[in-house]
Amino acid sequence: MEEIWQARAEGRWIVALAGNPNVGKSTVFNSLTGLRQHTGNWPGKTVALAFGQMETAEGRFLLVDLPGTYSLSSRSGEEEVAEDFIKSQEADCVVVVCDGTALERNLILAQQVMERQTRVIVCVNLMDETERSNIRIDFGRLEKMLGVPVVATAAGSGRGMERLRQTIGQVVTGRRECRPHRLGQEAEPRDFMEWADRVAEAAVTRGPSAYQERQRRFDRLLTSRGVGIPLMLLGLLLVIWLTIVGANYPSQALQWAFDWGKARLEVLLAGLPGYITGPLLDGVYDTVARVVSVMLPPMAIFFPLFTLLEDVGYLPRVAFVLDRGLARCGACGKQALTMCMGLGCNAAGVTGCRIIDTPRERRIAALTNSFIPCNGRFPTLIVLGTVFFRGGGLLGAAVVTGLVVLGVAASMAASWLLGKTVLRGQSGCVVLELPPFRKPRVGQVLFRSLVDRTFFVAGRAVAVAAPAGLLLWCCANLRWDGGSLLTHMAGRLEPVGRFLGMNGPVLLAFLLALPANELTLPVLVMALTGAGTLGQSLTAAELGPLLAAAGWTWQTALCTMVFVVFHWPCSTTLITLAREAGGWRWAALGALLPTAFGVILCLLLRLAL
Amino acid sequence: MKRRREDWNVGQCVSLARLGAGQAGVVTAVRADPELVRRLADLGLMTGAHVACRMRAPGSGPVAVELRGTVIALRASDAGGILCQLEG
Repeated sequence: MEEIWQARAEGRWIVALAGNPNVGKSTVFNSLTGLRQHTGNWPGKTVALAFGQMETAEGRFLLVDLPGTYSLSSRSGEEEVAEDFIKSQEADCVVVVCDGTALERNLILAQQVMERQTRVIVCVNLMDETERSNIRIDFGRLEKMLGVPVVATAAGSGRGMERLRQTIGQVVTGRRECRPHRLGQEAEPRDFMEWADRVAEAAVTRGPSAYQERQRRFDRLLTSRGVGIPLMLLGLLLVIWLTIVGANYPSQALQWAFDWGKARLEVLLAGLPGYITGPLLDGVYDTVARVVSVMLPPMAIFFPLFTLLEDVGYLPRVAFVLDRGLARCGACGKQALTMCMGLGCNAAGVTGCRIIDTPRERRIAALTNSFIPCNGRFPTLIVLGTVFFRGGGLLGAAVVTGLVVLGVAASMAASWLLGKTVLRGQSGCVVLELPPFRKPRVGQVLFRSLVDRTFFVAGRAVAVAAPAGLLLWCCANLRWDGGSLLTHMAGRLEPVGRFLGMNGPVLLAFLLALPANELTLPVLVMALTGAGTLGQSLTAAELGPLLAAAGWTWQTALCTMVFVVFHWPCSTTLITLAREAGGWRWAALGALLPTAFGVILCLLLRLAL
Repeated sequence: MKRRREDWNVGQCVSLARLGAGQAGVVTAVRADPELVRRLADLGLMTGAHVACRMRAPGSGPVAVELRGTVIALRASDAGGILCQLEG
């Protein structure tokens, strides 16, 4: 809200953008404001509002992008924010962005806004799609019936945007009058619908359309049992392959670059004493380097890929097909997508839960995401698998695959459990809109998903990894009684570790690897060897004898691998959970739930083996 | 063409969950819990609305309905409470 007070103080005009979801509202917003925008939160709500600047001959404007809603009846957080804002009369003008191909529905919201606000502009967007669908709109008639200015736009190509800018200027200065048609305070939902029907009937003519027919055929093909489902599975395999194999090359390149940077820094700081360079380089720098090089590539692959698929309209179809299976666990179809993202990075998966529009299902998806082993945990699983389950190489692969499948199954089980206990209630995701297939706006998607999501999550990871690296270094280098703090703590944890079928050092490694799961093995090696730095990654051949000397058996390895899949998520994921699920209580639950699964499974394994 | 509750003939009525791909109709009744009824009303799905089934997900999954120029998916259990009269 400070943005609005500030804008008022500076004498800027305030213009709000309202509209249904999937009408290209953010494209209109981006086109009006360029890149001069930022996001802020509505007080007391987690719904993000985007603010942007615009300048015309009439002066300077603050544009507020309200969340996309179907109505102003304040049932969901988004609707409440949109309604609050419009009721508050803060805006000098509200632009209702409508989808030209579906005016019958979009006019319902437009009319609701017009009941509460006088200066309204109806922006009929997606005109290119409308023309392709052979839909003709009589704008003169529309304007007359609604009593407010109507502007036709195709924000994607910039068509009509100049007109919209001019109209906004004319309306806020009062040079163009708005006399909105009103249904009155007593109007019921039915009245809004019937009025929208009347307007559409008078102003919209629908002709036969090959474009619409193509959309229908495409839809039926992509969701069919014969073609759609195999295609989906293929896509899923591709995602997993990208996670495990594809992201490793940029990861190695980054690690190499960081190593190179460290060598330079060592030369540069050669004059400084060891108690300064040690914690800085071996502690902070090494930890940050590892976290960034493992976390950044999968996110930089995942976020744009998923945003792209969403932009094209494919993801809603995947959710449509998978909804049945997930509904049985009290979850909703889109959770399948966030689970896939979790394979890359759980923090990414939790952020991705924003695509789920009902709070209950969003929470279920976010809380159960860390059951899916992420890219930071795969290396540990694979190394332990190859060291302890040789069996011609196949046994190790089978154990790792089995654990991933177990993780997915447990994720579903946990979803079901949450839906029956803490998050009891009516399934909210009854309605899923399937927007038409569209050409993706590649540039915009890449930019936004990289800037908004990837660097945001990566930045958060660095903020946690840096102090944690310092702590880790201290643990490894504070020495007394012939051991470091690390080895002493490992000794203390030994009974608990033994109880769970593992041992002290590995439990300590799990605890200290809180900033990032990829630290688990390096910390374990530090605890076993008493080394003072994270050092280079050990190969399976080097690690085997080391672990065997520490008394590891295949049972220990199996319990450890189970615990790798089922334990508390990394701190980045926890912070993300607290933000996205609405508070630290939820983050705590998100940590407890997988840990409880892990403890029970490890206990059972220890007793059984 | 609008039909009121009193003149719908059960014989011609079919629930939205049973509509085949490509079949169209007019909604004659929405039987669901009040919250869902309101949510559907926000989307313009109430008695008198024209609907057509675009496709159905395999294995008694959700049904995709063309409604007011848009496509929305409803779970089969929810669609079962929405009755419509078939159109030619």
